[in-house]
Amino acid sequence: MSVKTLPLVFINLGGEMLYILDQRLRATSTSEDNSEKVMNDIVGTLFSKTFMDELLKPQQLYSHRTLKTVLTRLAHASIMRLNPASMDRLYELTIMAFKYQVFRCPRPKDLLLISYSHIDTIRELVKDTSVVVNQVDETHRKIIEVYSSLSEGEFQLLRQTLLIFFQDMHVRVSLFLKNQIQNPDGRFALPTSGPVPHGIVVPGLIRVFDSKGREVRRSEFPAGGSYSSPVREGSFELHGDRVISLGMNMYVLGGTVHSMFSLQQTYGTPNPLAKEELNLLACLIGSLKAENMPRAEYGFRINLFTTDQEEEEEADGTSDGAEESMFGVINIQAMQDEQSAAELARITGQFAEEEEQHENPSGNKGDDLLAMMDDL
Amino acid sequence: MVMIFSSLRLTADHPLPFQQTAVFERELCKMYHKEKSIQIKNSASALYNNLSVLRIAPRRLTYFTVVHANVVNMVSASWDGLNYSHRQLQSKEPNVATSTSLIMQVAFCVLPSRDLLVVTSQKGIQIYESDGSIMVYWHALDTSDAPTAQAVFARGISAVWDNYICVGVSSGAILVFDVPSKGSNITLSEVLEEHKEPITDIASECSGSQECIADLVSADDGGNLCVWKSGKEFQLLNKIPGFDMSCSSVKLWKGIVVAGYGTGQIHLFEAVTGILHAEVNAHARWIYSLDIAPFSGLLLSAAEDSLVRVWHLTVTPETNSVEVAHLHNECVTDTQICGAKFCDGDGYAFAVTGYDLSEIIRYTQL
Repeated sequence: MSVKTLPLVFINLGGEMLYILDQRLRATSTSEDNSEKVMNDIVGTLFSKTFMDELLKPQQLYSHRTLKTVLTRLAHASIMRLNPASMDRLYELTIMAFKYQVFRCPRPKDLLLISYSHIDTIRELVKDTSVVVNQVDETHRKIIEVYSSLSEGEFQLLRQTLLIFFQDMHVRVSLFLKNQIQNPDGRFALPTSGPVPHGIVVPGLIRVFDSKGREVRRSEFPAGGSYSSPVREGSFELHGDRVISLGMNMYVLGGTVHSMFSLQQTYGTPNPLAKEELNLLACLIGSLKAENMPRAEYGFRINLFTTDQEEEEEADGTSDGAEESMFGVINIQAMQDEQSAAELARITGQFAEEEEQHENPSGNKGDDLLAMMDDL
Repeated sequence: MVMIFSSLRLTADHPLPFQQTAVFERELCKMYHKEKSIQIKNSASALYNNLSVLRIAPRRLTYFTVVHANVVNMVSASWDGLNYSHRQLQSKEPNVATSTSLIMQVAFCVLPSRDLLVVTSQKGIQIYESDGSIMVYWHALDTSDAPTAQAVFARGISAVWDNYICVGVSSGAILVFDVPSKGSNITLSEVLEEHKEPITDIASECSGSQECIADLVSADDGGNLCVWKSGKEFQLLNKIPGFDMSCSSVKLWKGIVVAGYGTGQIHLFEAVTGILHAEVNAHARWIYSLDIAPFSGLLLSAAEDSLVRVWHLTVTPETNSVEVAHLHNECVTDTQICGAKFCDGDGYAFAVTGYDLSEIIRYTQL
């Protein structure tokens, strides 16, 4: 449907991912240097001109599989390494957070305010590195330029496209359950109270006019909720008060990032247009080329959600967690290992050797990616 | 409970069908109650007007269609509530194995000679026999002359007069198809180019039997409305400008255009003159669906605010006046409603779909 979803998708999902990573880096007492480096590397890549330009090209929304691949690459643009189980959980958490924001978005146009909220917080996370802050500002200006002129109808089409993408995902997140924004069955709460969105009138009035346009009668009806007048409109500028709370960092107020999974998630049947999509993916990943990625002397592994032992069990497929990963991203990790830490390379040395044999120096990116996908 | 009827004035000049009179005579209570839902194979997508209903009296059946991404879920429900059968249609170009695209809308089109099912998607328009068994026509959308920065799709479906089916397109054009009384020799008769923004919905009245001045209305994403008279060459009778807010659902009844907007408001216009008769601040969020029961003048509105409301419209041509009375509310908890339709011409029953919900919820009058 909408051909303008990708920049907003990556800003918002990327933003949610960064909120979680930030919280986990603090919680696991990762050194400030490392934390800063991880943030700067990921943000710098996400907001790089080449990456954003690729996203801004009018195109259909990717499948979950492709989106997750690119987000994984993004996460691994830093010196941090996430194992497949962590990446799966991270993806599902960010998707559910964004689904909630899109679902509860007061007006379709407020998708922009939500995106700008994410950008605001991202800017804070990298505020000590002016080079990256400049990149964020540049991208933000570009987004303002491209999206400010869209009509409400176009924003609603964009929102509907995203809602179709999130359809049937009801992963329960304990932070959401605790705050009662999600019900035990996984569906989000939709109150019939509170301020109406900006530009909407509180329901309850019927007005009748004569042929000259003069009001001749008005009557009221019970609206069945307890709505109040709208609050002021948020700012659509580079800096400003966004007013709505959707898109702000829920994790800073002590919410823990521990998720519960009780429903098997299916991402639908394989997309028969996989090859076409993978070519798009190739262009996208091409813009995340090796030169954008840091040559790290060392890297570090981070446990996002569980103890080391539990993560190992999942990687071995000895617990339920492994079954829930629908993508088998183990091979992706093997590719990453080429550029990764010495520590990791020592452990996975044998994979790196096999990977070199796989590579076809004259093949194009699309075929490499296809081969990678075929192995999954 | 008394409040529900506070705005309704019943006089001898405004007779209501038997069922409603009976309700007022009883103790004031809810007008409709919830029936058993129909389970569907997938959940409904967040699309405007995402429910279509076809009542087949001779076979004591009702068909329902609900869109889920690139699939149409069709359910056939027997009136005794004992038999349900399901069918799924995919939007695909004929003979092209891998093409599927997202569906924007599905609607039954009732013509005097036949009933058809129209499916509009990003790729084109498919027309099926009303039970979804055979595809009788495929029209591919021309993507070449659209600027690539814009989405291309078809949306907005209506049967009009004896033999036309009108379908809207994202460019603002309306395709008029001439439908023979049987067979698949459907042809594109005309392209109406009046709207400049994507069509959202199209509606008609007076098919077949009556003579009307205006028999078609079309709406777009800017809230602009066009009123037409069908024929070998369609005539534009009136253009009612919008106010930069999408009109997501539109109906035409007794010469009155009933339009629902993203502001949650409903406007009632006289079709031919464009005079605004009434304005209702109906919902707290974007309206997704309107429907009218033509024999009783009941109006159904449904929105993302999780509410479905039933209203009564009275049109008095002699005094050129229109009355709107609120009758009933239903709240579908935590659900953004995307489709709501009456199941019969009197409005005795209605059905509702919601985003991410895998059921069709039904209500009938008490």
